[in-house]
Amino acid sequence: MTEAIAVSGLRKSYGKTVALDGLDLTVAEGEVHGFLGPNGSGKTTTIRILLGLLRADGGTARLLGGDPWSEATALHRRLAYVPGDVTLWPSLSGGEVIDLLGRLRGRPDAKRRAMLLERFDLDPTKKARTYSKGNRQKVALISALASDVELLLLDEPTSGLDPLMEAAFRECIEEERQGGRTVLLSSHILSEVEALCDRVTIIRSGQTVESGALADLRHLTRTSISADLAAAPSGLAQLPGVHDLDVQDLNHLGARVRCEVDTDKLNEVLRQLTAAGVRSLTSQPPTLEELFLRHYAVGGGSADRAPGAVPA
Amino acid sequence: MTGPASRAGRRTGTGPVAGTGMLARLAFRRDRLMLPAWIYVLTALIAGNAYSFKALFATVAERDKLAASTASNPAFQFLYGRLYSTSVGGMTAWRYGVYVALGAALMSTFLVIRHTRAEEEAGRTELAGSTAVGRHAPLAAGLLVAVVANVAIAVLFGIVLPLLGLPVAGSVALALATAASGLAFAGIAAVAAQLSSTARGARGMTFAVLGVAYLLQAVGNSAGAHGPQWLTWLSPLGWAGLVRPFAGERWWVLALPVAVLAVTGAAAFLLAGRRDLGAGLLPDRPGPAAAGPWLRGPLGLAWRLQWGTLAGWAAGLLAGGIASGAAGKGIGSLLSSSGQLRTAFLRLGGQAAITNAYLAAIMGLAGLVAAAYATSAVLRLHAEEAAGRADPVLVSVASRVGWWASHITVTVLGTAAVLAAAGIGTGLGYGLRAGDAGTRVPQLLGAALAQLPAALAVAAVAVLAFGMLPDWSVGIGWTALAVAVLLALFGEILRLNQWVLDISPFTHVPKLPGGTVSAVPLIWLAVIALALAAAGLAGLRRRDIA
Repeated sequence: MTEAIAVSGLRKSYGKTVALDGLDLTVAEGEVHGFLGPNGSGKTTTIRILLGLLRADGGTARLLGGDPWSEATALHRRLAYVPGDVTLWPSLSGGEVIDLLGRLRGRPDAKRRAMLLERFDLDPTKKARTYSKGNRQKVALISALASDVELLLLDEPTSGLDPLMEAAFRECIEEERQGGRTVLLSSHILSEVEALCDRVTIIRSGQTVESGALADLRHLTRTSISADLAAAPSGLAQLPGVHDLDVQDLNHLGARVRCEVDTDKLNEVLRQLTAAGVRSLTSQPPTLEELFLRHYAVGGGSADRAPGAVPA
Repeated sequence: MTGPASRAGRRTGTGPVAGTGMLARLAFRRDRLMLPAWIYVLTALIAGNAYSFKALFATVAERDKLAASTASNPAFQFLYGRLYSTSVGGMTAWRYGVYVALGAALMSTFLVIRHTRAEEEAGRTELAGSTAVGRHAPLAAGLLVAVVANVAIAVLFGIVLPLLGLPVAGSVALALATAASGLAFAGIAAVAAQLSSTARGARGMTFAVLGVAYLLQAVGNSAGAHGPQWLTWLSPLGWAGLVRPFAGERWWVLALPVAVLAVTGAAAFLLAGRRDLGAGLLPDRPGPAAAGPWLRGPLGLAWRLQWGTLAGWAAGLLAGGIASGAAGKGIGSLLSSSGQLRTAFLRLGGQAAITNAYLAAIMGLAGLVAAAYATSAVLRLHAEEAAGRADPVLVSVASRVGWWASHITVTVLGTAAVLAAAGIGTGLGYGLRAGDAGTRVPQLLGAALAQLPAALAVAAVAVLAFGMLPDWSVGIGWTALAVAVLLALFGEILRLNQWVLDISPFTHVPKLPGGTVSAVPLIWLAVIALALAAAGLAGLRRRDIA
């Protein structure tokens, strides 16, 4: 397995503020890698170091086999980048920006450009200053996806997109995976990463806290369940993997149940609930913040540092 | 009916200008360095010059001699306005009145647009607008800040000038005339901020009006008894002189700029009520669906981003050159009798023939304007980086050097073009009236281009700051320009030490036409500019991109 991105022990400070504190990140060629962390955890700083925009204070970073600082220009020919907050030249039209960025990367693909314009439903004749945040995001995405490059660096690329466009984005990434492109997808939305990525790296306060295949990380996730049942369930409390169980017995009206369930134990819990007669059921995947609060805030010394104190 | 909600409502107000005071306080806090600096520099300028006039032309006889030669001299009238009184106050108002009025107008333009359209363009007005702030509060706050700043100028002038021994009435008239010019342009800038959807566009519009106003009063002043003297009456900058401070003050003229503020201010509020937030009144036309063949690479982009501004500056300097050149016709013969004035003017301008001295002085002014253009063009680099628009270029096949070099190339060629426009304009203006356009145009084109190394040396300070201290580059760049302008316009008359004058690159430029052509100082200036730029580039290559 060749590595598209190999980062180890990466450090970066802005004055007294520590942005990266020994971060590790490994992305294999051809995989879609999720890069997860709360706001201000250092995702953007890492990506900007990989792009050669920032100079690391310590540690090593390799990108496509080269040094991101000294070989920046040569490496840029082989990658495309979509920032989380896209700013465009206000006086240029969307179409002009897409073409310009494609030419700046070297190999624009007119056919893919036309296809993506249609798919993302973007009017390329509008001046960039009139675009909404979502439309600016689309301009950057279309131009990146239309380029013939090996690596896509996407920094929270769906911020500002509506659900329809988010779906279009997921389709595109799925195609990229099949086409063998490497994708680093930074996000703070766990469900997006779950849907798209083979492997994930989770960071907090500039440090890597977990890295591995998504399946291996299932144990980290809990699903919140709340259900109206025909009768009170019998053996729920004894099941392994059930937490914070709260049963309200409403006598002849049935029972209301709330609990948190380890995601890999869901099946057994559902069996118990069905046996008691389900009238309504809502389940909520855990948010990343909850995950962090539960797994890393307690005991982990790094949790003392306030998230958001570090510019991302 | 005095529940907590209505109490809060009464305290903050709920009308269209509710929250104006709060926004104005925010503006004063943001401008707590720049605003006092503007006011201080303008006050120091007028006070310092009044003081040095007292020393330079101490006796009535000396001043009368100067007046005798200038009263009928169109070139002097073009540069400074018409002289109405030979008192120290009258000469101060004559020589510097239009420049402080121009300064107050520039200050007001920057203030109003910075706190109205620039805020709106950055999206901050939207945030403020969602709070308990009235629809018209940002515009009202912008105008309020400008009014307070101009009132401060009037009060300081009114205190400082009488302290120097000038008559109180004249001092107050000069103070009010200066502040009123600032107020008129605050209103004009407020209208421009409604018309254009960008701060850059709004500033460009106001500067165009300012340029036309300057030329109108200059041409009107130099027109002579049978010429179109009434042109001065059309110019808000001309009114400052027409108030006639220290020369039988005509107080009623002050009503004109105040009326302009009232009318333009009302128009701005009316226009603001008829448009959407973020939009201008001039429509945004759709652009092409695909990029043209020249929009490839950083140089194509830099040209695309900068050519509109460049065209504006070049057109302004061409027009200014034509008017200045035309006004300079016939100056030599009128002046040759006056020894006193001759010395004074030669000290400002240059060599041998008075005509050449006048034209050289115009070229010196063009050099300063070109330095201002060059500084603004260099600072585009900073604006692009700060807005995050440098990133997409820097993560492409373009290198940092390539991105930097593209904007620097546009700056260098643009500055040369701006100077060429000034030289050609002046040559045409003078030459067509004197009948020697064929020789004057190439001569003045060369004289204008001789200013290029000095203009670029000033802008190179901004290049250095952008590479080394990007967060400070805007302040450092404009400060360098301000120092060069102040030394060039007022350094000699303030009798500063030669080594202080030597700080400005323009001190070293040969006075052309007429002076000895010497390449050595030009080469030195070019070397210094290159060295500063190279150091800036080295800094950029090493530092983080914001």
